[in-house]
Amino acid sequence: MKKLKVAIIGSGNIGTDLLIKVMRSPFLECSAFIGRNFHSQGMQKAQTLRVNISADGIDYIKNNPDCCDIVFDATSSASHFEHAPVLADLGKFVIDLTPAKIGSMCVPAVNLKEGLGAKNVNMITCGGQASIPIAYAIGKTQCEVEYVEVVSSIASKSAGPATRINLDEYIHTTEEGVKSFSGAKKTKAILNLNPAIPCINMQTTVMAKVKNPDVEKLKPFLSEIIESVKKYVPGYEIIVGPVIEDGRIFVTARVKGLGDYLPAYAGNLDIINCAAVAMAEEYAKYKS
Amino acid sequence: MKKKVLISDPTLRDGNHAVRHQLKKEQFASYCKAADLAGIPIVEVGHGNGIGASSLQLGESACLDEVLHQTARENLKTSKLGIHMIPGFATIEKDLKKAIEYGVDVIRVASHCTEADITQRHIEFTRKNNKTAYGVLMMSHMASKEILVEQAKKMESYGAQALIIMDSAGFYLPQDVSERILLLTENLTIPVGFHAHNNLGMAIANSVAALEAGAELLDGCARGFGAGAGNAQLEVLVAVLHRLGYETGIDFYKLLDACDLAEKELMPAPPTINSLSIVSGLSGVFSGFMKPVSRIAKDLNLDPRDIFFELGRRKIIAGQEDYIMEVAKDLAQKNGKMA
Repeated sequence: MKKLKVAIIGSGNIGTDLLIKVMRSPFLECSAFIGRNFHSQGMQKAQTLRVNISADGIDYIKNNPDCCDIVFDATSSASHFEHAPVLADLGKFVIDLTPAKIGSMCVPAVNLKEGLGAKNVNMITCGGQASIPIAYAIGKTQCEVEYVEVVSSIASKSAGPATRINLDEYIHTTEEGVKSFSGAKKTKAILNLNPAIPCINMQTTVMAKVKNPDVEKLKPFLSEIIESVKKYVPGYEIIVGPVIEDGRIFVTARVKGLGDYLPAYAGNLDIINCAAVAMAEEYAKYKS
Repeated sequence: MKKKVLISDPTLRDGNHAVRHQLKKEQFASYCKAADLAGIPIVEVGHGNGIGASSLQLGESACLDEVLHQTARENLKTSKLGIHMIPGFATIEKDLKKAIEYGVDVIRVASHCTEADITQRHIEFTRKNNKTAYGVLMMSHMASKEILVEQAKKMESYGAQALIIMDSAGFYLPQDVSERILLLTENLTIPVGFHAHNNLGMAIANSVAALEAGAELLDGCARGFGAGAGNAQLEVLVAVLHRLGYETGIDFYKLLDACDLAEKELMPAPPTINSLSIVSGLSGVFSGFMKPVSRIAKDLNLDPRDIFFELGRRKIIAGQEDYIMEVAKDLAQKNGKMA
């Protein structure tokens, strides 16, 4: 099968990790890895992988409109607002890894096919990818989901400058994603950066207030959806729950990464990138 | 000329930890009135973890941020109204803008002691709106003094007008405080402050050590009302400062009246250093973990002391309260109490 060409804009932690994953894909081929500075660590890494690199930012795609069918945007929320209209004009299928939430939200375990109908697919956030499958299972099995809260902890070393500056957007986008997929009346997202050495694995806890919590009803649905997440994120597992603690449903998931660019603790990088690749592969299969 | 020190009073914020964030509107009103009469320069209000922090993770507030900001504003005539904010919990759009609309004066933007760069936008936004911004490094015992300086300088560069280090776990001894404050004052142009906890009975001694090392701002709470073993007891702190010849601008009799009122109206009982809060301090775990650790230990029939030491070993920080369940589950499994 002919591989579909993809470009990656953004040469930070997320973009570089994504590049390694794309290179492993039987359906995708990275035709351009685009940053702003040839000396950045990500660009250096891409060069050693013998990938076509450019420091021209979005202009590279403007000047070479035939370079790709799919564009992954791994820059920042503010940059994606500039990139989105340009890429829409060029007719690219855009997979947005920033919390800009311009496009339609995708969590592969829940709504992968829906993304095919969109031109801009938003991968929400790392915390969203980790929590939404659980929040969705709660929404599907419990009555009157009043409130869902998702708390993620990630290793400080796994959060680059764009992630840090986008913390507010991370929260807003995660809350909106959790709300839309769980049907909860109200949602809240929290993010902790923990500097401990050795680095902590990404962990996400989902807590929910529902009318009559029914953990037995939740369990089989949850196991099923966890299995489908594991298909694209092998290091995803439930480590606590589901249990009822202090009157709320409580579930904790741990995400170990594949250790592609950053070590395995950076499950946050891994889960959003694995989800983005799953979306791109689905699109590639659909186009072939 | 007398030496000056700026007193900030988080009774109505840190104290909220001690009552699972259940302080009510009337309680905010009456203590604000008394603190204002006493001339306390800054009165801090809120959920124990600041604006936007009401949550299942940390405990839900009895009083909405909007209501308590409005109540405090109405009752503070001369005292400045302060709030605490942690990026990652609160955002500019959802929380900070509203607080500014309600007329808060001082915004203390806080992060874990190694993560100052997440406060940049919030400090800058505060300054753009002509409000006072302080940078706060929480759980400061978890970083070396050199790292604290590096992080503090970031906050200063974003526009922070003072830098406060918190001994959130009540872990420090006076020598630890002196070393850190000294290096910070040598390297910053903005005033440095200290926020004590009393787990090891050092809150007043540590506050004095901070002052002698060059700190210009101290936090204290009426009767020490705060998370875990409580904070530096405000009325004791002010008495000591006055004896040492410092000027606080606070009317001592009226302060004592405010603290008597606080004991009567805010707390079931003043904080004490109980056995578990000594363990919490020694383990270097955030004082706000006291309530959830006690609850979960009881539910799972575990020794809460084991939970604290294990949390400390894993270097769990403030905000990671959900990890208590995981640690408790692991301990229960180890003890063979759970299948």
